[in-house]
Amino acid sequence: MAESATTQTRSDRNYVLDRRQAVPALVGDHRDFLIVTGLAGAAKDIAHLSDDGAHVFTMAGAMGAAVSIGLGLALAKPDRRVLVVTGDGELLMNVGALATVAVMRPPNLAVICVDNGHYGETGGQRSHTSFGVDLEAMAAAAGMPATRTVSKGDEIAAASRLLRESNGPAFVVLKVRPGDPPAFKRNMDAAACRVRFRAALLGT
Amino acid sequence: MSQNKREKATPPAWPDALYDLLRAEGVTLFAYVPDAGHRVLIERSLTDPAVKSIPLTTEEEGVGVLAGANLGGARGVLLMQSSGVGNCVNFLSLVKSGKFPFLALISMRGDFGEGNPWQMPMGQATQQVLEAMGVVCLRIEKADDVLPTVSAALTMTYRSGNAVAVLLTQKLLGAKAF
Repeated sequence: MAESATTQTRSDRNYVLDRRQAVPALVGDHRDFLIVTGLAGAAKDIAHLSDDGAHVFTMAGAMGAAVSIGLGLALAKPDRRVLVVTGDGELLMNVGALATVAVMRPPNLAVICVDNGHYGETGGQRSHTSFGVDLEAMAAAAGMPATRTVSKGDEIAAASRLLRESNGPAFVVLKVRPGDPPAFKRNMDAAACRVRFRAALLGT
Repeated sequence: MSQNKREKATPPAWPDALYDLLRAEGVTLFAYVPDAGHRVLIERSLTDPAVKSIPLTTEEEGVGVLAGANLGGARGVLLMQSSGVGNCVNFLSLVKSGKFPFLALISMRGDFGEGNPWQMPMGQATQQVLEAMGVVCLRIEKADDVLPTVSAALTMTYRSGNAVAVLLTQKLLGAKAF
């Protein structure tokens, strides 16, 4: 029988980490990466961590695009490590992108899915992951060679190394409890952010 | 009758010349959804060691891939059918918001001589949908116009930063036989 949207699931006990500590701990030195984020919480996590850095491109719409943008960037800049940081809802909206990443197998791409099991930006409705959809298993089944789920603090360090050292696209699900990302006012002008990113990376 | 079929006795020369043009203009990423109209471009990109040829599960991924490529300083092209234009709309908001250069070569279905009624709705709406999202459309009906039109599209995309779709019509490609 299908669960209702209010039923506690067995997996809820995995959602214990606070994203405000866990995301910075997992990312480590953000300057190691060119970063693309999804919208809402993931964008705020990374904009706050990097002080809205020029090596970061945050989204505020076009939900579902983060992994594809990261793939294009990773293919265009094979000499740089590219990190996508997005949420479970954003990833689920275009989850086929994981299959494309697995097929292309860029060695310099890593993806973090900050999974709180909820659509935090729209009022906290439960997402599919809180009903048991396992994004790590989906990524692994697609053929992503390095996958991990982190739900406890002592699992973060190894996953942080995986993001940097995997020889093939890495995929890390970071389970966090529903809760606000850090408050941060980032630049929402996508064209300005695109120009800023290219200027910092390419000098153009 | 056979003039309207894609399976012609002598394959046209323009697809190979088109591939050479795209490469000469610095296109190194070919994102594609399989399509008979783009067969030569797809096959050549897959065997060209100097390019990345990216099979997509849905056309909208290609919009994101090309945006990411632009962030990294590379030029890409999206090869797709008109039937996938509807899949792109969400990500075209990224292109418009970010003023990303964007180039798609779109083989038309639901167009001149279409025999599959399911192709008609999207085919007939293709140009309007693209234009509604800020994509400039250039239609090609004759083989002689392919290279000059795509050359113009490359300039409009990668020199002046527009989003451009080149529509390869069924007058050019022939209607698919069923």
